[in-house]
Amino acid sequence: MSTQGAGAAAAPTPKYTKKDFESDQDVRWCPGCGDYAILSAVQKSMPDLGIPRENIVFISGIGCSSRFPYYMNTYGFHTIHGRAPAIATGLRVARPDLKVFVVTGDGDGLSIGGNHMLHVLRRNVNLTILLFNNRIYGLTKGQYSPTSELGKVTKSTPMGSADRPVNPLAYALGCGATFVARTVDRNIQHMEEMLKRAAAHRGTGFIEILQNCNVYNDLAWNVIYDKTSKLAYELRLEHGKPLVYGPPDARKAVIMDGVTPKVADVKDVPESALWIHDEKNVNAAKILADLFAPNFPVPIGVLEAIEAPIYEEVMLEQEQRAISDRGAGSIAKLLVSGDTWKIG
Amino acid sequence: MSETAAPVGAAKARRELQRAVIRFAGDSGDGMQLTGEQFTTESAWAGNDIATLPNFPAEIRAPAGTLFGVSSFQLQFGSQRVYTPGDRLDCLVAMNPAALKVHLRDLKPGGLLIVNTAAFEKRNLDKAGYAQNPLDDPALAERYRLHKVDMTGLTHKAIADLKLDTKEKDRTKNFFALGLVSWIYTRPLEPTLEWIGKKFTKSADIAEANTRVLKAGHAFGETAEFFEEAYTVEPAEMAPGLYRAMTGNRALAWGLLAAAERSKVPLVYGAYPITPASSVLEELAMHKRFRIRTIQAEDEIAAVTAAIGASFGGAIGITCSSGPGIALKGEGIGLAVTAELPLVILNIQRAGPSTGMPTKTEQADLMQALYGRNSESPVVVLAPATPGDCFYVAYEAVRIAAKYMVPVIVLSDGFLANGSEPWLIPDPATLPPIDIQFRTEPEGFFAYLRDPATLSRPWVRPGTPGLEHRIGGIEKQDVTGNISYDPDNHDHMVRTRAEKVRRVAQEIPPTSINGPATGDLLVVGWGGTYGSITAAVERAQAAGKSVASVHLRHLNPLPPDLGHILREYRKVLVPEINSGQLVRVLRAEYLVDAVGFNRVRGLPLASEEILEDINQLLGSKA
Repeated sequence: MSTQGAGAAAAPTPKYTKKDFESDQDVRWCPGCGDYAILSAVQKSMPDLGIPRENIVFISGIGCSSRFPYYMNTYGFHTIHGRAPAIATGLRVARPDLKVFVVTGDGDGLSIGGNHMLHVLRRNVNLTILLFNNRIYGLTKGQYSPTSELGKVTKSTPMGSADRPVNPLAYALGCGATFVARTVDRNIQHMEEMLKRAAAHRGTGFIEILQNCNVYNDLAWNVIYDKTSKLAYELRLEHGKPLVYGPPDARKAVIMDGVTPKVADVKDVPESALWIHDEKNVNAAKILADLFAPNFPVPIGVLEAIEAPIYEEVMLEQEQRAISDRGAGSIAKLLVSGDTWKIG
Repeated sequence: MSETAAPVGAAKARRELQRAVIRFAGDSGDGMQLTGEQFTTESAWAGNDIATLPNFPAEIRAPAGTLFGVSSFQLQFGSQRVYTPGDRLDCLVAMNPAALKVHLRDLKPGGLLIVNTAAFEKRNLDKAGYAQNPLDDPALAERYRLHKVDMTGLTHKAIADLKLDTKEKDRTKNFFALGLVSWIYTRPLEPTLEWIGKKFTKSADIAEANTRVLKAGHAFGETAEFFEEAYTVEPAEMAPGLYRAMTGNRALAWGLLAAAERSKVPLVYGAYPITPASSVLEELAMHKRFRIRTIQAEDEIAAVTAAIGASFGGAIGITCSSGPGIALKGEGIGLAVTAELPLVILNIQRAGPSTGMPTKTEQADLMQALYGRNSESPVVVLAPATPGDCFYVAYEAVRIAAKYMVPVIVLSDGFLANGSEPWLIPDPATLPPIDIQFRTEPEGFFAYLRDPATLSRPWVRPGTPGLEHRIGGIEKQDVTGNISYDPDNHDHMVRTRAEKVRRVAQEIPPTSINGPATGDLLVVGWGGTYGSITAAVERAQAAGKSVASVHLRHLNPLPPDLGHILREYRKVLVPEINSGQLVRVLRAEYLVDAVGFNRVRGLPLASEEILEDINQLLGSKA
């Protein structure tokens, strides 16, 4: 049984365009929502995956982001709050030939579904997770989310939230994720690049997409929207390249001072002391995950991409081994196995 | 206590019995479950009909000698149909004072009481709350046929020369008890000797020790001077064929395997360990050759939703738990209701609420199965009657779920799960076909286009070209499956989902009535109480009472002929291990004045008590 059955099909994959992935449903997000850009980037990158459309499935939970499958002209299942990773796991176990995407948000994926997120990541199920992080509950009309900053004033927290936020990248890495990336809804090209990388990853590909809710939490990510600030803070991660960022006249580098990251002017750092980004270095990725403005840059790109056993592949390998060692099961034989006795 | 002196080795009288009820009781570390299981196998070899009742604490290693650490195994075996493990005991084997204290009240006056005297020392007596050694009380020997045997001492003597430590030697004493009771009831030792040979292949000394101790117990019965009589129980008249011992949980697992093989569709089983359901997961995990894929999920919700994801993918999704876990799965089951996907939910009911008594049985989750989800969320509900019946019900659940694209809940219970019976092995070819047709034709396809007979929607495997579609938990327009908030459409869909479940009634065979088709009293039961009810009803019938019984396997929808049957009797009695759930359903559905018989003790219903209730109800006739 192939694990990415796309390639196994006899017929060549048709030449698709973005339009082939647009469903006939009216898109119902608020005007100006960052989800439109994400939808467009996903539809645009689909033809490049080289997978027949019928072998692609989008699974979602509940929330604004979770309406996503209705707008994709693929197979889709809009399920219940937080459970998309578990549903997708069952689907992959049943159908390892399908390419499965999970679309979730900061509330769906890290609050009510935080437990399933942990387990899908540690199992390394072969699927791609797109987590739209807008730091707010949009569909329920503006309560704070698990990624909202401490002290966030919302309808449910009129005097400010009392709980510290979770960092999706650090969480994913802590769960043992094998592919972790971050991208931004206002950068279509980078989104497409990340989507393709994540989709090609063998195992769980986790992408945090910084997304704008212009109704309940407008410009939450302004640090990388605003032109000047973006130039000052965006750190593009590229495998094998040094961690340098900032405007041409004020280039900065992230370096390690013992076990602590710090920011220095590039001109003061000898080339040998630069931190060269290595996607295979899990420890480095964990440090990168915690960096954020204003004291540090905002890393964008692939933090980590490593190999690890894939849950459903291990399971299928066991099944194949059981069958090759002892033959396919037969209920007629099983029923009369072990202790039996005859009457009459 | 009889001290009749018989010459050593002389053949002793063997009295024929029609049935006997025996309970082995000791510390949870004393191996009582194993002893009971082996005695059951021996009795199966002897051709008896059997019903068993294992009963053990939830604690894995409860402190030795305590009352709550007592573990027991009861069985009834007979030369006639045996419906239950029995109410009162003919023979009690008590391995320590705590076991005696907990179980003595169930022994019939004059019953056989065998105790291991070595365990009746100060520390154990204190833990059991005995101020004095009860074995010294002459009243005990007057009331019961008491046999005091130093099982520990005799065990050690039998294996003194073996190189095992004291603990290892102690551990074999349950086989002394087994050998002794096997002698008393004329059981063949061969199956146990065979079992020992297979089990302890790694340690010849332990195999030798168990063999010797088993034989020593047997020989002790033969030669001891105070066993005044022994018994035989002739083979029961049972349908001819090949039999095996079957527990309910294994039968559920094997029923699912049979369904997987017959349907040619893979099964994906999502479960989270929970007593008393875990053994279904463990059993299935051993059978990967059947292409059954088991997921030990992170929680109950993931277990049901992974199963739903598998069903969406064209496999049959199954999940299994006990009441507390089923509560957590509620929202997931609702998704399967509205997505109209096949899903089988096994509930091995246990005593609740909340954690309750995990290892004790109950049947109080009927209302949960019928109504325990938000909104109008109808599902099919089935319940097996005996351990072996679990096989057929699991199979039928898969068949109905796939045919009607609907969730099916199976209500088993702790008693059925762990209890076993001799089971006539069926020919799998005689099982009804499970014919699954996935839609592949794009022409005229709609996600909620309905089959006119079953109202089920098409099942499409993702990967089928031209049928790409989206479904979900939001209300959808009938036929097209598009999201719809239209009020009339919602009303229509609520009715359609209910009607689809109602149509499963066409799958239900005519109800079988045990007794006259009309009369004074009909006893209606469901699930694991089948044995207790049938035993009581047959005794009432033997006494000339105008009583019949009906046992429901289909609880939603109910059998179409049930309403008519209920009206053929003056009174209706509904015994249940809950506070009256089916009785409410019957009163509501059929406007009959049914009354309940309810005991919620974590134990099977006692047929004697049901019989008393039957007599009382009929007595008030005049």
